[in-house]
Amino acid sequence: MTKRKAPPDPMELLALYRMMLMVRRSEERLMGLFADGDVPGFIHLGIGQEAVPVGVMSGLGPQDTIASTHRGHGHALAKGLSLEGFFAELLGKDTGLCRGRGGSMHVADMSTGMLGANGIVGAGLSIALGSALAHKTLNRDSISVAFFGDGALAEGLAHECLNMAALLKLPLLFVCENNGWSEFSPTSRQIAFTLEGLSQAYGIPYHSVDGNDVEVVAASVAPLIAGIRQGGGPIVVECHTNRVRGHFEGDAQKYRDADELARLPEADPLRVAGKRLADLGINAAHLEQVAAEVDEAIEAAVSLARQSDLPVFSAAAADVYTVEQVL
Amino acid sequence: MAILSFSRAINKALSDMMDLDPAVILLGEDIANAGGSFGATRGLLDRFGGHRVIDTPISEAAIAGAAVGAAMSGLRPVVEIMFMDFSTLVMDALVNQAAKARFMFGAQCSVPMVLRTPHGGGLNAGPQHSQCLEAWFAHVPGLKVVVPSDAASAYALLRSAIADPDPVIFVENKALYAAKMEVPDDLALSLGRARLARQGKDATVVAYGAAVHWALEAAARLAEKQIDIEVVDLLSVQPWDEEMVLTSLAKTHRLVVAHEAVEAFGVGAEIVARMADIGFDELDGPIVRVGAPFMPVPFARSLEESFRPDADRIVNAVLRTLE
Ligand SMILES: Cc1ncc(C[n+]2csc(CCOP(=O)(O)OP(=O)(O)O)c2C)c(N)n1
Ligand SMILES: [Mg+2]
Repeated sequence: MTKRKAPPDPMELLALYRMMLMVRRSEERLMGLFADGDVPGFIHLGIGQEAVPVGVMSGLGPQDTIASTHRGHGHALAKGLSLEGFFAELLGKDTGLCRGRGGSMHVADMSTGMLGANGIVGAGLSIALGSALAHKTLNRDSISVAFFGDGALAEGLAHECLNMAALLKLPLLFVCENNGWSEFSPTSRQIAFTLEGLSQAYGIPYHSVDGNDVEVVAASVAPLIAGIRQGGGPIVVECHTNRVRGHFEGDAQKYRDADELARLPEADPLRVAGKRLADLGINAAHLEQVAAEVDEAIEAAVSLARQSDLPVFSAAAADVYTVEQVL
Repeated sequence: MAILSFSRAINKALSDMMDLDPAVILLGEDIANAGGSFGATRGLLDRFGGHRVIDTPISEAAIAGAAVGAAMSGLRPVVEIMFMDFSTLVMDALVNQAAKARFMFGAQCSVPMVLRTPHGGGLNAGPQHSQCLEAWFAHVPGLKVVVPSDAASAYALLRSAIADPDPVIFVENKALYAAKMEVPDDLALSLGRARLARQGKDATVVAYGAAVHWALEAAARLAEKQIDIEVVDLLSVQPWDEEMVLTSLAKTHRLVVAHEAVEAFGVGAEIVARMADIGFDELDGPIVRVGAPFMPVPFARSLEESFRPDADRIVNAVLRTLE
């Protein structure tokens, strides 16, 4: 499954490029904000992996749901979260999508079907499984997508979810973002099987996709999503991509060899899509214009977030349960 | 009004709520075709169909995690975990996902799911099929924990639990499943409210689940000695009815807390600590706890009998606080 759509629509590809750039520049902005101490906690960046969320999300609508991971900024923005609410959340502000209670690892937006980043490796698969069950039970036309890393395949929960999705024939797309690493360990030291073999064992169709080419990702998942929507049952897509930054911001990646790191720029999804756009006649000036617009939107969101109020402790404490306990 | 066993009362509550709301679905191992390991879901597959009464594989973590995702996506799942001992396998879904979703997502959603599970001994089911682990869940902000003491409270509380917008752990004591009583159709009980099971003036015994029956038996025995105890049936463990317990303590000035779970670090410890604080001026004697000893639930009949708390121990505890 490495075919692109022919003939390509430059405007469609440009829209994907713009979203990837939005994700990239947002994360680059976060790097600075994090270094300055404006973003509390820790953040996991998906720089180098943008083609996966953007490509997959191009096939989804607002009625579709996704469950994300600790490396979820791309999923969030590509699913349509407001940039303002996103930055405010990561800066720990009351105007954040989660009112400053979740931060990077728990950013969510129910109104766009983004059921949350997740601090627990593998947990998103079961959230997406349940969401797919809801879509099916309530006869919705929606599908659910589980994003997860290669490392999550070592969690027993992932296996339970694959099995149950197959048994119940749920409208669920499993998207493995295989970046070759799980924290500081290569996939080869974590996973004794292939996802292809595993999918086969569960009787789930499997597709391997170049996760650095957004056009390929989008064109590959579109028919799969259509099939799932029509009741065809779950599908596994493995997107091969690269984690460019450390596991978390501040990880110097001493454990990666220079050769591997040197190969990364060539596979950069923005570079791949940019070259393709150039071939299709979109000139550099046009892309610079896109970048300027993206940066402007990000700056506006960051400055709004900076000016926003801090969360109120009593409001947070009052939101543990839905109904205030009246005893 | 009908005479129902505890497990039929559960069945009726499920079926009533499923009639009322098409979003209510049931998930669990052998709950559909087989009707549940304790028969609580018998007949529901035929009434509501396989899309709402779903047999799952033996995948507790995925079942509970799916319930969270389903609850966030418009369903009201009721999960059955065959024995509370197996709830060790659903901890992430409950503790890290269900309990926190509403809070950590800034109240964008709630997680209206119920996890039903049987606890308690008396069946000689041994160390891995007998435990009372409710204190674990009561310790987690965001979860509610309910332990009915009879068919009527089971019927009313399960309906409330399913209607509740937040995740509820609904604990069913295995020794109570067969006990029958009149169950009024219109009985409504709110989560978090206790019930005065017996009025008395000399001491208060706070209990929940099967221990309520031991407390009432103890009360009958103590009455022969002219000791008149009040019994508070907690019904909800999280949140619990602090006000009713304090009111009762203010009346009797002596307090015993009894449960089947292991005494150390248990639900009783929390009640005792709160009453030692806000009820300090009311206390005329030590607060005494009755719970199981700090050991796994043993198998042999004789061992399990010695292990489980009973009316005798409550009688002794009351006598101690009255000394
Ligand atoms: C249950 C659990 N175990 C361990 C961790 C710590 N942890 C966070 S991310 C991670 C690696 C995950 O690797 P992968 O799934 O490949 O995702 P990636 O970081 O590569 O995007 C680990 C071990 C965790 N958050 N949750
Ligand atoms: Mg990885």
